[in-house]
Amino acid sequence: MSLRSAAGSLYLGLILVFIYLPIVIMMVMGFNESSSYELPFRFSLAWYEQLAGNETLWRAGRNSVLLALASTVITTVIGTMAALALSRYRVRGHAVLQILLFPPMAVPWLILATSMLIFFYYSGIGRGLHAMLLAHVALSLPYVIIVVGARLQSFAQDLEEAAATLGANPMQTFFRVTLPMIAPGVAAAALFAFGISFDQFVTSYFLSPPGVTTLPVEIYASIRKGFTPEINAISTIIIVFSMLLLVVVSRFYRFGGAK
Amino acid sequence: MSKVDIRNVSKRYGDVIALNDVSLSFGEREFFGLLGPSGSGKTTLLRSIAGFVEPTSGEILIEGGDISRIPTYKRDIGMVFQNYALFPHMTIFENVAFPLSVRGVKDAEIRSRVANILELVQLGAYGSRRPRELSGGQQQRIALARALVSRPRVLLLDEPLGALDKNLRQQMQIELRQIQREVGITTILVTHDQEEALTLSDRIAIFRKGEVVQTGRPDEIYERPQNAFAAEFFGATNFLEGHSAGNNGGLGSVRLDDGTLVLTSDVVPANGERVVTTVRPEKFRISAAKAALPEDGQPVNVLSGTVVRPVYIGASVTYHVTTGTSELTVFQQNREARLFETGDRVVLNWLPQHAVVLAG
Repeated sequence: MSLRSAAGSLYLGLILVFIYLPIVIMMVMGFNESSSYELPFRFSLAWYEQLAGNETLWRAGRNSVLLALASTVITTVIGTMAALALSRYRVRGHAVLQILLFPPMAVPWLILATSMLIFFYYSGIGRGLHAMLLAHVALSLPYVIIVVGARLQSFAQDLEEAAATLGANPMQTFFRVTLPMIAPGVAAAALFAFGISFDQFVTSYFLSPPGVTTLPVEIYASIRKGFTPEINAISTIIIVFSMLLLVVVSRFYRFGGAK
Repeated sequence: MSKVDIRNVSKRYGDVIALNDVSLSFGEREFFGLLGPSGSGKTTLLRSIAGFVEPTSGEILIEGGDISRIPTYKRDIGMVFQNYALFPHMTIFENVAFPLSVRGVKDAEIRSRVANILELVQLGAYGSRRPRELSGGQQQRIALARALVSRPRVLLLDEPLGALDKNLRQQMQIELRQIQREVGITTILVTHDQEEALTLSDRIAIFRKGEVVQTGRPDEIYERPQNAFAAEFFGATNFLEGHSAGNNGGLGSVRLDDGTLVLTSDVVPANGERVVTTVRPEKFRISAAKAALPEDGQPVNVLSGTVVRPVYIGASVTYHVTTGTSELTVFQQNREARLFETGDRVVLNWLPQHAVVLAG
């Protein structure tokens, strides 16, 4: 092995360690008996057992999953339709609409969340899961439109024209030609949307009334009360779940893959 | 009755006129070529017939019915695109079955009709493959099969052979024409390749800047172009310019700028007016300066010149001959005893009917 490739491997190794070591340590500590992360390591499932009995955390978890699923479905449908409109039709104010997609991604979530809190308060929408859903949809919509839009750009529009000449009406064209062609983009966008919602702390924190929380908000609250390896346990479950999701999706669709 | 009628169709994009008051009629079972350089409006017209372009004014009729307000998918047309536009996520069978399945045809009938049409394009065994596993020529045939399987009223071809290499293209031209005859469908072809238009078409319309310059059978347009654009776009040609010297005894005469008098079987304008005639390179007979003229009583044009440059191609020789005022291209089959060389004095002869008077 040459010096050059050895240095390359070392570099790659360091990056992997930098990214994954904290996660691995966190996961391992979830299985340690000590409540204050003391060594030597003694294997125990105590924290997982305790987690099983933690009603508040479970309720928050269920809220998070339901919220993320609802937000993903709504955002993916609306976002795909919007991307289609922007790329296939000459919408009035086309350029302005496209530019307006970017500020929500650039403006810090803290600012967006504050403005939403104020707006929802004055408009009577108030706080609660419905308000969080609105906020999550609004936050992830630009990402979905851009990801699906990129996919729509990359496949030739003449496939849709061909379908029309072959007698397919607009609905048949969409479901039998367009959607299968952009499916990898739509799947990626849905993952984004799910991630943004499931991971969302700031807006959820602002918009959660007492007693209704999501997982990130609840985890934050628990940490403030006092750190226990229970948090490691729930985090480990979340990580494994996300990894599995990613593997499944990337099995179905080759990401960024060729047509 | 004509199958498709284009009536005074115009299309403007802002200030740009893509089509300017075009009227054409395509007959039953006719293979019609729309020929012209890019930007001449031929593709705009084809896309108007398909329904992708909405004409600013005018009417398009299929079998006598106005289709202007009918969306593409209800127009009952078949179209082959330059890049074939096969659906990459479907098998060949699914691609060809698509027009039938969206129309709700029963599975058993779909299977037999797809099998028949795949047989027609000689790709019966390829049903389970994907488009990307096929060669360019095979994909082209599948695109054709897919466009024909629903038995549409009109077949539209948008530069269908443009992506193929030259040998394959020539072979596909013959096949395409054969399939079109077998199916008996009115076909409209867009191409910028004059040889392709000539090989395939029953009739041709030549487009220039959104207007039809000339319509006719390929031989009509080649032998009797009506203007310089049609003459030049449809094969090589020479221009001889001069002033009218009047009509006499069924022949018009033109006094060329160098003083030579040239006869034409066309009618020339009034005495003294500017006239441009065109002569195809192969219409000239080239002979040594002192060779005797053929004496069969026919009036024949005579022009002497000097060989500037012979271009030897094997089966033929192309001579560039200067007459002093102009340089002419002369095409000769390679069967004479000797070839002319640079500097040789030569005489060019051609018949009056081969000197075509151009308009404008």
